[in-house]
Amino acid sequence: MSIDERTAARVAKLARIKVEPEALPVLAAEFNTILGFIEQLEEVDVEGVEPMTSVTPQRLKRRDDVVTDGDQQGAVLTNAPDAREGFFAVPKVVE
Amino acid sequence: MSELNKLRLAEARDALRAGDVTSVELTDACLDAIEGAGALNAFVHNTPEMARDQATAADARIKAGDVPAMCGLPIGIKDLFCTKGVPSQAGSRILEGFLPEYESTVSQNLLNNGAVMLGKLNMDEFAMGSSNETSVYGNVVNPWKVDARDLTPGGSSGGSASAVAADLCLAATGTDTGGSIRQPAAFTGITGIKPTYGRCSRWGVVAFASSLDQAGPMTKSVRDAAIMLEAMCGHDPKDSTSADLPVPDFEAMLTGDIKGKKIGIPVEYRMDGMPEEIETLWKNGAEMLRDAGAEIVDISLPHTKYALPAYYVIAPAEASSNLARYDGVRYGHRAKLDHGDGITEMYEKTRAEGFGAEVQRRIMIGTYVLSAGFYDAYYNRARKVRTLIKKDFEDVFAKGIDAILTPATPSSAFGLGEASDDPVQMYLNDVFTVTVNMAGLPGIAVPAGMDAQGLPLGLQLIGHPWEEADLLNTAYALEARAGFVAKPDKWW
Repeated sequence: MSIDERTAARVAKLARIKVEPEALPVLAAEFNTILGFIEQLEEVDVEGVEPMTSVTPQRLKRRDDVVTDGDQQGAVLTNAPDAREGFFAVPKVVE
Repeated sequence: MSELNKLRLAEARDALRAGDVTSVELTDACLDAIEGAGALNAFVHNTPEMARDQATAADARIKAGDVPAMCGLPIGIKDLFCTKGVPSQAGSRILEGFLPEYESTVSQNLLNNGAVMLGKLNMDEFAMGSSNETSVYGNVVNPWKVDARDLTPGGSSGGSASAVAADLCLAATGTDTGGSIRQPAAFTGITGIKPTYGRCSRWGVVAFASSLDQAGPMTKSVRDAAIMLEAMCGHDPKDSTSADLPVPDFEAMLTGDIKGKKIGIPVEYRMDGMPEEIETLWKNGAEMLRDAGAEIVDISLPHTKYALPAYYVIAPAEASSNLARYDGVRYGHRAKLDHGDGITEMYEKTRAEGFGAEVQRRIMIGTYVLSAGFYDAYYNRARKVRTLIKKDFEDVFAKGIDAILTPATPSSAFGLGEASDDPVQMYLNDVFTVTVNMAGLPGIAVPAGMDAQGLPLGLQLIGHPWEEADLLNTAYALEARAGFVAKPDKWW
């Protein structure tokens, strides 16, 4: 599988990272180097093997479905780049 | 007592309890050492006032006879751990100015155990790197030096490794996703253990690859690692993958008696082009364990070769998901926007400015392997290979192998800037350590010798899940026979 500049641009878009058009050829080349390394995995016979979901066999704990935390609006907003009137502020989302 | 910062945890603890020294004195000695070590760039956020307050409180506790395991012992905390009110940036620009409103469980456990926090330690950005060259704070320098070059301390816990090796603190926390505790420990001649996945809570530790990340101690001896690991771990309801298992008294189990233990030597770890010094070190290590009464057995872990490529699917995939949270809305950096920019431009500009090149690369690789049409070919295949890697270990353990001995790294520390051109070449640093994360096992790096240049080399021991006590004891026997006591000459 070879990644061209168009694919690199699409991946950057999906990842929400702005990449200037002139940086795309280098990025695509780096992707190809890394994917070339990853492609060794095709040699492995994985027929009938389950994909790992949890590295240590465990059953997730359960607890009562009750509120255990909250009422921390101030603390939650402290680090916001732009917080106004108790909300996170962002550029206009809907036209 | 002179040069208190050079003490090991166990020595300092005993001196504190005997009343020979105070925590304030220990803390001041470390703060002075940190002050004089700017050239190493290991500590990046210093908290001297907080440290002196904690030391004073620890001295009062000791006086009152309430002396938990880490009481009064000054340590450094990797920047990946969120520490309340203290900058916690994961070495990234995107978290510039972030002051957590909460404390990570591991650092809280250490504080509850009386530890004194000296400050935050440099690291590769988001723990992605093997040379500490991807940090927003700049490179960390290894205190070991053999010529004009500055050497890497390894990564990602490079600041922790450099600080402990240079005696800026008695010990430090690290985290390990593919080798980030063990590789830098080996490069700097110190001890580092990554416990079984689930031993240490991941709550409050900035996430990289959640199915692989584990915290652990980086220390000046195996005994210190036992003391500090016990203080760090334990069940935490705030991390659903945290194990609800009792934590043994690791230190009490250090007897050095490993008679009759079966130590496996995996044939697949004998890599083509491996330096002869590493091969010799490995042989010597096996000899030392044999001398201690262990039986040395050749074993096979057939899928070893595929651990690194599988890791470079799984870790970036998880990172791309975990790092989606850095969007410029809730915390951290937000890009300045141009007139007419909408929310998508805000995300894209914020992330382009906030993340460094390696982090961007891994997020995008992760995005690609998870994208429609490639999910099965890459991500699911890698998860299947991971199952096989874990099975390799289960098979040898079922045959009675108690621990596995391997080199910790394929080389000694290299020069800063010497390996940063080719990402895949850099990834190969973790070739011996990454299998352990893929299988969720505990692994420890112990300094075991020097190369011809005079740089430290480490050996790795891999243990059964949840058997850190047994693993530490085997490491203790190895440490005793290796007798590694060298320290870097102070040049900084």
